[in-house]
Amino acid sequence: MLKKPLLLEHKLDLSILIVFISIFLLFIIGNPAVFSRFDIYYSFMSTIPFTAILAMSVTLIVVLGMMDLSFPSVLAFASWIFGTVFTVTGSMPLAVISSLAVGTLAGYLNSVLVVRIGVPSLVATIGSMFFWRGAVNVVARGKGISLVAAQDTFLYKLFVGRLGGMIPAQFLWMVAVAVFFWVLLKRHRYGAHLLFVGDNEQSAEMMGINVKKVKTIAFMQLGAFSAFAGILSTLEVTYFWPSQGQAYLMAALAAVFIGGTSVFGGMGTIFGTFMGALIIGSLEAGIISIGLSGFWIQFIYGLIIMASVSVYATLLRKQG
Amino acid sequence: MTDKDKTPKPTTPAAEYDKLLEMRGIYKSFGHVHVLKGIDFHVNKEEIVALVGDNGAGKSTLIKTITGVHKPNKGDIFFKGKKITIHSVNQSRSLGIETVYQERALADQQSMWRNIFAGREITNRFGIIDVKTQRKETERLLRESMGFTSKAITVDSQVVFLSGGEKQGIAIGRALFFNADLIILDEPTMGLSLSETKKVLDFTRKIKEHGKSAIFISHNFYHIYPAADRFVILDRGKIAGDVKKTDISQEELVLKMENLAKTGIFE
Repeated sequence: MLKKPLLLEHKLDLSILIVFISIFLLFIIGNPAVFSRFDIYYSFMSTIPFTAILAMSVTLIVVLGMMDLSFPSVLAFASWIFGTVFTVTGSMPLAVISSLAVGTLAGYLNSVLVVRIGVPSLVATIGSMFFWRGAVNVVARGKGISLVAAQDTFLYKLFVGRLGGMIPAQFLWMVAVAVFFWVLLKRHRYGAHLLFVGDNEQSAEMMGINVKKVKTIAFMQLGAFSAFAGILSTLEVTYFWPSQGQAYLMAALAAVFIGGTSVFGGMGTIFGTFMGALIIGSLEAGIISIGLSGFWIQFIYGLIIMASVSVYATLLRKQG
Repeated sequence: MTDKDKTPKPTTPAAEYDKLLEMRGIYKSFGHVHVLKGIDFHVNKEEIVALVGDNGAGKSTLIKTITGVHKPNKGDIFFKGKKITIHSVNQSRSLGIETVYQERALADQQSMWRNIFAGREITNRFGIIDVKTQRKETERLLRESMGFTSKAITVDSQVVFLSGGEKQGIAIGRALFFNADLIILDEPTMGLSLSETKKVLDFTRKIKEHGKSAIFISHNFYHIYPAADRFVILDRGKIAGDVKKTDISQEELVLKMENLAKTGIFE
């Protein structure tokens, strides 16, 4: 059999894997004492999942050639709902369900602006970004909600408990979500439609794909997963705070683009985003532990992002 | 979209109608603009009809009444001997009428096997795509049905690497695969080089080899002459001429077309 040429997609995945391995080798060489012990990985496993889940979810939006800047605000509002419902009713399942429902609804609102009214997604979600953050400020009045009582619930253990006292449950959720999104994008009919719409919307319409529905579902799932990430992060610290989620905006988007998903739509890699989130999430601790001061962090973020997107642009140019 | 659209339909058994498509007395106007003024038009089984006419002659409006984009003001449409009213593009597709547009046919970054099954993926009941079958069927379609021999074109190839003529070929192959009985090719040779045009004509002949029919639209009949069985000339919303290739030489056709342009009469 003829040796198959490496597809662009695989080239992208391979390059992100190489970047990931090189960075970790650098860390291990830079500070073997820290990186040969479990503690640092434990810390990564408990902090990275929130960004990673958001990043994988927003990848679907980027595959459509669109953008969403509102998900951190949606996350905050859904977390407030979560905290409030739990505080008022004492019911964890009810809190989770209402939070997910509100998140999904917020995603639907975005889709109404973009799909029905026809506002470009970047513009529409700048609006909803302020809207939901503003809503949080109005309802929470700048105050946080303590959720220490949640620690005794079953769902707390299910979401952020420690498996065998060692593995944070949210890490397993992140892996499960990654598998889910990989299957959805690469093996499910919906993913095929997503890629097709992102690639050539007119053609998709001609082939009988319901373009509006595909876009609407994309925004709704991001709303739902924003709520989910919000629930996880709120439970992890057993506290809701009104500025929650803000740090995830740039981190999640950086993970998507470091991963190799094209901003022009029509192609995307969940594996890349996953790796991108691991890189983004481990850089801070890594940079500090190899002895650089915290002032270097953003500088190195910038370097890695610029280098990786340059590599991808070169790969794309060479194939075209 | 219904379930039956997603899987290839079984080939229709030998039919008991003589004309695949027949349109009688079709009128269509937009406000005060009368675009189609009493069109009688038909397509036989296993026939390639060239629909020729200048820009504004009414070609695309006529096609859009067949594909369900426009509803005629007056007139009847028969498909496979049955009178039909076409409400939507999806409905005309499920009847077996498929249009191939040059620019809108395929998605560039997607692989061949994803393009062929776009919107009609073979899935299980959870919506998971049967990649193996889709790839296998794509391979078969490329090599056997459409006669692609180049090793450079595989089921994993992205469409962006194909030439304009090859893209048309893939879109035609896709229509045939899903058992379209009538394939409408909308200006498929526009902007293509001579050798690419030849490729498109070869693919068009495949339509007939598969026992299906095609309407080939062009404002340049030189492009279609080699592949067409019959020429229907549309002029200002009316059928100006309807001739079989066996009854007319290319030179005569040229003369008549020139005459039509000068005098408005096709003779």
